[in-house]
Amino acid sequence: MGKRVGMEVSIAAAEAVGLCDVDVIAAYPITPQTHIVEHLSELVADGHLDAEFIPVESEHSAMSTCVGSAAAGARTFTSTASQGYALMAEICYIASSMRLPIVMAVANRALSAPINIWNDHSDMMMARDTGWIQTVAENGQEVVDLIIHAFRVAEDHRVLLPVMVNLDGFILTHMIEPIILPDKEEVDRYLPPYKPKMRLDPQNPLTFGPVGMPEVYTEAKKAQDEALKGSKAVIVEAWREFEKQFGRSYKPVETYKADDAEIIILTMGSISETAMTAVDKMRAAGQKVGLVRLRLWRPFPAEELIDALKGAKALAVVDRSLPFSGGCGPVCVEVKSALFDRGLSPYVQNFLAGLGGRDVTVEDFEAMAAKVSDGLAKGLPMGYEIMNVRE
Amino acid sequence: MAKETGIVSWKELALGCTLTEPGSAAQLKTGDWRSMRPVTDFELCNKCGQCYIFCPDMVYSQNEEGFYEADYYYCKGCGICARECPKDAIQMVEEGD
Ligand code: SF4
Ligand code: SF4
Repeated sequence: MGKRVGMEVSIAAAEAVGLCDVDVIAAYPITPQTHIVEHLSELVADGHLDAEFIPVESEHSAMSTCVGSAAAGARTFTSTASQGYALMAEICYIASSMRLPIVMAVANRALSAPINIWNDHSDMMMARDTGWIQTVAENGQEVVDLIIHAFRVAEDHRVLLPVMVNLDGFILTHMIEPIILPDKEEVDRYLPPYKPKMRLDPQNPLTFGPVGMPEVYTEAKKAQDEALKGSKAVIVEAWREFEKQFGRSYKPVETYKADDAEIIILTMGSISETAMTAVDKMRAAGQKVGLVRLRLWRPFPAEELIDALKGAKALAVVDRSLPFSGGCGPVCVEVKSALFDRGLSPYVQNFLAGLGGRDVTVEDFEAMAAKVSDGLAKGLPMGYEIMNVRE
Repeated sequence: MAKETGIVSWKELALGCTLTEPGSAAQLKTGDWRSMRPVTDFELCNKCGQCYIFCPDMVYSQNEEGFYEADYYYCKGCGICARECPKDAIQMVEEGD
């Protein structure tokens, strides 16, 4: 087993990609993803990683190159954030529709305007309906682990879909944390070499990405939807295998002191660790508060979520991007939909917090718990509110 | 019929809608879009082959006598051949007439 060393999470992410024997990296630098691709470029330039590093002229080209590379049968990685994701979005739909197992780390950052380089989840929510698998890391170790997991899931012949590993910009990317980088042999045991099911090959010509007439488009999308839904079993299986190999366990929905909780706070990403501190504090004061965190965002783990939430009387669901007049933020939409489909109706309030890099504090989580407790008792209307906005 | 029109169950589509058979577009029936069909009067035709050249869907092929015959499986009724024919030998006729 590798030993625990202090390193910047972006460097660890790049090292993890290197441990996965990636063949092609095509990327364009953007804050706060820069250190990830910078370090990969160094690894290739210094001869530590036998891969092609293609320094493209935009994110649109980055994902286009990844599509070509993955279609040719190469293990392919890229990374981006925010506006970079927005520019590559067109090709992201194509990557998933063509069932190409590209892995991408997204250093989550707000979308302009106003220009803002700091962390929230606007970019990953923009990616919500692209048909990619999306996992979410809460700390540096998880970034490393989820990247290794991502290649295994993406390339599994029962899946063959691209995977996005989300890590909060700056809060994770620029943090120095104690991280265990696994040995190469361990990773090799976990991650077999990539064997494409179909690839561009002059000896066996195929047409990738043809036109789909109205007679076939619906069926093509149905097949893609089933593939994404079906990937959940493989994602879970690959996490179980990961635990056997590396000793760290992951689940689609993670819980913290949620079993007997009457009030549950629901989070995603690095703020979850702050929320745990808040839960500890409230528990110490005798309040039955727990925490549920989404590790898997797509395919959405509705069954696991309901399992974790059942018993709660009130939910404080945190979203880190705006619904702009919709009923509630994207995370809360899924939560409410999962509850409604099963005839469950706890009190649900949606808090839009941590937008464009604003801190979410222990006190904020305490305030959320107090608000839903009050809302439940008084039967206050449900909806979304922007936390700590100055009037 | 299902095969030639590409109408199959979602379960039968190749991974990512990939085409595994080269030239399979030849199976796609474009002829069912047509509302008008070109009809050639071989009495007027001088076998110049302009209809064959201009047709965007490779509908025409030469028969043993050298005349150009249409394969309505592909003809979508665009009327280009009728417009380009220097002898006005091709008339567009309403389908169903
Ligand atoms: S009508 Fe159009 S498609 Fe049909 S034969 Fe003429 S040129 Fe070809
Ligand atoms: S373009 Fe007219 S004249 Fe020429 S081959 Fe065709 S039908 Fe005959």
